[in-house]
Amino acid sequence: MRTGKVKAIVSNLVIVTADGAVAQNEICHILLGEIFLKAEVIKTAGDDAYVQVFESTRGLKVGDEVIFQGHLLEVSLGPGILTKKYDGLQNDLDKIESIFLSRGTYTDALDMNSEWDFIPLVKNGDMVVAASWLGEVKEKNIPHKIMAPFILDGEFSVKKIADAGRYKLTDTIATLEDKQGNETAITMVQKWPVIKTLKGYKEKIRPYKLLETGIRIIDMMNPMAEGGTGFIPGPFGSGKTVLQHAIARQAKVDVVVVVACGERANEIVEIFTEFPQLDDPQTGGKLIDRTVIIANTSNMPVASRQASVYTGMTIAEYYRAMGLKVLVLADSTSRWAQALREISNRMEELPGPDAYPMDLPAVVSGFYARAGQVKLVNGKDGSITFIGTVSPAGGNLKEPVTEATKKAAHSFYALSQRRADSKRYPAIDAIESYSKFLDYPELVSYMHQTIAQNWKTEVVKMKDRLFKGHEAMEQISILGDDNVPVDYHETFWKSELIDFVILQQDAFDSVDGFTSLERLKYMQQKISEICEASFHFSAYEEVGVYFRSIINAWKQINYSAFQSEEFKNFNRQLDEIVNERKQTNGNVTV
Amino acid sequence: MKENKQMETLPFKKIYTRVIQITKATCTLEATGVGCEEMALVDGKSAQVIKINGRQVTLQVFEGTEGIKTDAEVVFLGKAPSLKVSDEMGGRFFNAYGVPIDGKYTPHGKEVEIGGPSINPVRRKQPFDLIETGIAGIDLNNTLLAGQKIPFFADTDQPYNAVIALVALRSNADRIILGGIGLSNDDYLYFKNLFVNTDMPEKIVGFINTTEDPTVERLLIPDMALSAAEYFAIEKNEKALVLLTDMTLYCDALSIVANRMDQIPSKDSMPGSLYSDLAKIYEKSVQLHSGGSITIISVTTISEGDITHAIPDNTGYITEGQLFLRRDTEIGKVIIDPFRSLSRLKQLVIGKQTREDHPQVMNAAIRLYADAANAKTKLENGFDLSDYDKRTLKFAKEYAQQLLAIDINVDITKMLNTTWNLFRRNFKPEELGIKSKYIEQYWEKATEMEDEHSLMDENMNPANTSFKQRNKTEVKWQ
Ligand SMILES: Nc1ncnc2c1ncn2[C@@H]1O[C@H](COP(=O)(O)OP(=O)(O)OP(=O)(O)O)[C@@H](O)[C@H]1O
Ligand SMILES: [Mg+2]
Repeated sequence: MRTGKVKAIVSNLVIVTADGAVAQNEICHILLGEIFLKAEVIKTAGDDAYVQVFESTRGLKVGDEVIFQGHLLEVSLGPGILTKKYDGLQNDLDKIESIFLSRGTYTDALDMNSEWDFIPLVKNGDMVVAASWLGEVKEKNIPHKIMAPFILDGEFSVKKIADAGRYKLTDTIATLEDKQGNETAITMVQKWPVIKTLKGYKEKIRPYKLLETGIRIIDMMNPMAEGGTGFIPGPFGSGKTVLQHAIARQAKVDVVVVVACGERANEIVEIFTEFPQLDDPQTGGKLIDRTVIIANTSNMPVASRQASVYTGMTIAEYYRAMGLKVLVLADSTSRWAQALREISNRMEELPGPDAYPMDLPAVVSGFYARAGQVKLVNGKDGSITFIGTVSPAGGNLKEPVTEATKKAAHSFYALSQRRADSKRYPAIDAIESYSKFLDYPELVSYMHQTIAQNWKTEVVKMKDRLFKGHEAMEQISILGDDNVPVDYHETFWKSELIDFVILQQDAFDSVDGFTSLERLKYMQQKISEICEASFHFSAYEEVGVYFRSIINAWKQINYSAFQSEEFKNFNRQLDEIVNERKQTNGNVTV
Repeated sequence: MKENKQMETLPFKKIYTRVIQITKATCTLEATGVGCEEMALVDGKSAQVIKINGRQVTLQVFEGTEGIKTDAEVVFLGKAPSLKVSDEMGGRFFNAYGVPIDGKYTPHGKEVEIGGPSINPVRRKQPFDLIETGIAGIDLNNTLLAGQKIPFFADTDQPYNAVIALVALRSNADRIILGGIGLSNDDYLYFKNLFVNTDMPEKIVGFINTTEDPTVERLLIPDMALSAAEYFAIEKNEKALVLLTDMTLYCDALSIVANRMDQIPSKDSMPGSLYSDLAKIYEKSVQLHSGGSITIISVTTISEGDITHAIPDNTGYITEGQLFLRRDTEIGKVIIDPFRSLSRLKQLVIGKQTREDHPQVMNAAIRLYADAANAKTKLENGFDLSDYDKRTLKFAKEYAQQLLAIDINVDITKMLNTTWNLFRRNFKPEELGIKSKYIEQYWEKATEMEDEHSLMDENMNPANTSFKQRNKTEVKWQ
């Protein structure tokens, strides 16, 4: 056993004099009376190990004993992870009975006594490699694969596989044998260090399939692909969390990992409270059944905040290796970056811009690179889609975390303070935001097949109309309402129409909150029809009044279930209003 | 005050007398067996261990190191800052160390370390308990719940202390805990008189650091106030309301300490850990399953409305919304600005515990108020106004007068009715974008307003605060 003694303490940075070799990122336990504090080696110099402690160091003394653990920070992987609420170090919070998270309390991530109905997927004598599926158990609504250990190197033969039946998590369900005849016993649990990518796949492939979110401004205008990455920067209160929660509820995926990284506890309580009540339309179960929550709220120690995103990503990689579509949401990656900054400053490292560590961009891009669409060793697909929020200081997007993330992510959903202030939710700025997937021929052709043949053309036109509307507005405010041609007002109001009925969406309304692809197609056609038409107005004042009534009618449609009687009635009313002023002599393009 | 500042020192503690380094805020000496964050006395002045390097221990001296000699007597107290908690705290005022400043006895109680561990997220309950204040800028537009944390953002010339006092008195809190951070002596006395002269003075507990006390001591105030709140909420299942004013002064004290310790400052010369430091305080707000709760209403003074400054910015990222105080020149009164103000928890109750049309009515009114702001800009730029513009301006003025002004005191249903009246007076239903079923239900019923003055709470005029308003709020104290 390698040990050491505490030599110096500044906040959660502790210097330990070690009596033997220590590994970078090795975990150690610092004894403090009855309890021990978990810590991670982040730098070594001579016999001194600099460790960051995952807990408050209050009361720690020079000379206190340290025991090195011989492994990195790792997570336990096995059936039973779904629905769990973990902290950043994968402690199961439900197993902590007390109201307070007192220091030195660590709990098992998995339910070690749980039993599972196992079905073998291999036969004795089969050859397997790391991540090969050996068997499966049913975890909630997903077939949870029991896989060959990810650390295996090379080919192994299955010496013995358990028969179908009920087994404890820790029972041996298979024995593997390497070429030299060494045997490895396999249980349903394995461990993996969080800072290393858990590969478990053969190759990465380009994303090609839409990840449906039900949020119009995303699905229709800035689509996210399965296996893609995106980020949502925005000042406080602009709607990042509401948007992420809507995505967590609605996204068509198999598993959702929600990482609350340095944010509010009440927001995570909302998920605890609501997800068990909400139905998952895909499986018929409850939403919580497909969800894992990593709750490292802002008042928890910063070092475990930093660990939390890696813990979440590693769990996602584990489920991806089962051939599942996994979505990871992290709120907020800025808090993670700030945790890096706090510790880097304490170490007195040379600071980069805004005192963030110099290697921040590399750390961010390395993390985003762990997402992706993959081909597994057995040829099946799996994906991790990652969407992080960014909380730029002062709402200014020219800051290190936003800039580093912009280089790493495929899509960018910029939330605008102005839109949020005027309650135009979701406050995604349609002109600033982008999705690189709009230029992926794979995705475009997928959309052409699933939505409409002219989908891309319409998206481009819609963006154009918004842009022109914006320009018209600027002219109107410079020159005055009646000093511009009435056309300008029409152009402006058409962009307002798009804004009010398509971009804006009430996340808290059960009908408006989710828009299916079918409904999206209807909306895209309808909006195009109205925007292509030209209307008759004799004075500028008529334009606003008229479009307000169109918007009002359309909003009623948005609140009605698709193709319901109500929907059809309001739709008829809308058509009547549109026909009132529509010019019949041909279509004038705007 | 100095002599009773710290708890009695134990006789058998070792005394050190060789200080090897003294800076503005810290002194360093050689000592063994000292714990991180342990309290100490340096020549009787309170200090705390902030760094240990081998035998060298660095202490932060709260009131500064002026006059400390190299042979100063240093005694370590063997514990982190702590507070004795019990019901005896009720009705009492303490300094930053939890020592009474009201000349009465020191309460007995269980000694707890302040700044303790965080609450297990799974032991929290989702906030549900609406706090009615009678102020439409809050109840209608930014509904507050027990367990919420929310600051008032206000320029220094706004009557923010009067407003939070009013909110506290009108709330149904079982206990009001005032954390006065760099409070002017006048404001301290204002709060004290206001609360102590109610019929239940034991409801209030104060932890006060005034402008006359050492700046760095302020850093202890929020943790003291919240430790007391935790006692009442967790042990006694009470609804505790914590008022922290002014958190900007707390942050300033943080930056002074960081600066003296040669830390690398981040934005606006604030320490890089500002977010975590503030989060540790604000996240103490909680709704517990047992019924106890901690609500935090704070004040963050801002400079000329600049919320991009690191202090309001980090605060906004932590709290569950913010309430902006602003003087509306049109009506000459202080209002809660509907644009930048936000309560993040309102959607948990509005339209559910309040009338179903609440969310839509609220949003429509704010949208129209925004349209009025645009019309105003047009007017200022010398352009003609359309008929719609004129109607929005008229609406905005009435809306500010009859709803937003801070001196209004009515219930939420009345607020909704008033809004419908204003809609009907100025607009056509299709200009509202409200669900048609609500139009059908409420439009026809909207009648002309009754006498506007009946809405005012004559006893509350925050711009000219008197202590009389307690008579008006007495009902709420039962
Ligand atoms: N789509 C939406 N529909 C209706 N209201 C919304 C929507 N998005 C945001 N809001 C309102 O804005 C508030 C703030 O949103 P949210 O908590 O998501 O902000 P945020 O960007 O995550 O802020 P922070 O950075 O401080 O965490 C919500 O509580 C809600 O009142
Ligand atoms: Mg958020």
